Amino acid sequence: MIEADGLSKRYGEKEILREISLSVRNGEVFGLIGPSGSGKSTLLRLLDLIEMPTRGSLSILGEDALARESRFGLRRRMGMLSQRPVIFNRTVYENIAMGMKYRKVSRAIIEERVRDALRAIGLADYSRRPARTLSGGEAQRVALARAIVTDPEILFLDEPTANLDPHSVETIEETILQLNRDAGTTVVVSTHDMLQGQRLAGRMGVIMEGMLPQTGSTMEIFHRPATTNIARFVQVANIFDGVVARNTGGEADVVVEGKSFCTVTPLGRGKTVNLLFRAEDVTIGLEGGARTSARNVYPGKIVRLIPSGPFMNVIVDCGIEVTALVTIRSAEDLGLSPGKEVWISVKATAIHVLPRE
Amino acid sequence: MAGEIINGFVQAIQLIVSGDPEVIRITILSLEVSLSATLLSACISIPLGAFLYYYDFPGKRAVVNLVQTLYALPTVLAGLLLFLFISNQGPFGFLHLLYTAPGMVIAQMILVIPLITGLTFAALSGIDREMKQTVTSLGATTLQSVGTLILESRFAILAAVILGFGRAISEVGAAMIIGGNIRGYTRVLTTAISLETSVGDFAFAIALGIILLGVAVIVNIGLNLVQSGSAWQSSSGS
Repeated sequence: MIEADGLSKRYGEKEILREISLSVRNGEVFGLIGPSGSGKSTLLRLLDLIEMPTRGSLSILGEDALARESRFGLRRRMGMLSQRPVIFNRTVYENIAMGMKYRKVSRAIIEERVRDALRAIGLADYSRRPARTLSGGEAQRVALARAIVTDPEILFLDEPTANLDPHSVETIEETILQLNRDAGTTVVVSTHDMLQGQRLAGRMGVIMEGMLPQTGSTMEIFHRPATTNIARFVQVANIFDGVVARNTGGEADVVVEGKSFCTVTPLGRGKTVNLLFRAEDVTIGLEGGARTSARNVYPGKIVRLIPSGPFMNVIVDCGIEVTALVTIRSAEDLGLSPGKEVWISVKATAIHVLPRE
Repeated sequence: MAGEIINGFVQAIQLIVSGDPEVIRITILSLEVSLSATLLSACISIPLGAFLYYYDFPGKRAVVNLVQTLYALPTVLAGLLLFLFISNQGPFGFLHLLYTAPGMVIAQMILVIPLITGLTFAALSGIDREMKQTVTSLGATTLQSVGTLILESRFAILAAVILGFGRAISEVGAAMIIGGNIRGYTRVLTTAISLETSVGDFAFAIALGIILLGVAVIVNIGLNLVQSGSAWQSSSGS
């Protein structure tokens, strides 16, 4: 569907994107996650053929997308929604109709499709309203309707719900998923909200400092990030420096500040590594069980409790500070409070080991 | 002298109220010439401004600077330049435009074209990049894209056209040199005022002055309406 190879973009001296290679499959929702300013928007503009790369090749829908003669035709088979809703100083109806007018679609069809689109985004009565009078969330929904009424085969969404009200976020996400499911539209969506990435996308690519260091399933990226930078971005709470002390057939003991962790890694004895595991993979108990090869169980003392929605981050000092995530309810049931003695345990298979540079 | 001024005003009002045929003829010709000049200029300038905005070429900055400098082109200089081209000895003398209303229209166009072109360019440049990219992404051809962006800046462009009309109707230098102030033929409000003042017919001059001022007021009201219209449209958004 989309095959990008070595895409680079430079504005003057500044290199925004470096050697991006990725492929997006027909009918999938592909997420691009990364911090603000990492180059997500620029990559989307390259893919939507609004800007040309400085180097690299790009094939879309089987055509050489960078060839002058194919660009215009391809653009008409794709749609794009930018982060800030772009609204023209006309009525809502005229805003949504624009793409179809450019394609010389007949008036009757335009009217019908605008009506359907308005209903789909929950703004059925807004047709004649001046579009500039809409709220931010309404405006973004209109912009989304405008991008999809032309039946794009590929839809690009650049942080489509940043700073919007929860209702608009929900409407927009639903519309996108429905479009993907019912019309088979391929979607590429960028977001700095990894939870949104998880809700929408099957596969994701991580963009950091203009590069794409990892692509994979959501699970892979959340649990087996390729670098500690990615780990920090996808909020892996526990990241430690360690050394492999022993490795027998892939089961390795990694020592972190005198504490030995059972892990699964091919990295051999003496290697310096990073240990990564998510807070939700750490369980907390009041009594320690037997330390088996599969479980790393340590006693410690609670340092801090940080609530996060229905969850509680529990920071436990057991020689090193380990963060565990439990539900608020179980935190209450266990009577967790600062100073309390608890046991933490984490499965060997939940620990991701990265070689340290 | 004070009595003369009061007298002049009284007679001027009488001339206007009674619908003096000469006053009416001069007013209509003035409006005809300046409106034609403005509308023809708009037809040339708006696409020209859009072209300047859309295409990058070497020396573009210099062209834009030149256009902006010409906002203040002295009207007599425009008249002189055109005179050199269309006088009987000039390269376009065969067109016999000197001392004709069409000649005056061309003279005023020379004054108005830079103004509307420059302001159209400025209005389009004020549109943000993301909007331009959205139009492209929606599948617009270059022509459709230009049309959409012009429509989007319609208030600013309309204001530019109104300003252009203001410059055309109020200038005297070019109208005098090219039109020659021929009675019933090329005599317009400004040239007539100039003449009647010099021959001492103050009542007539004052009457025409009042009308000219009236036109200026109407233009200004129009401009305000356009600007408040666009202000309302954008401030009521969020």
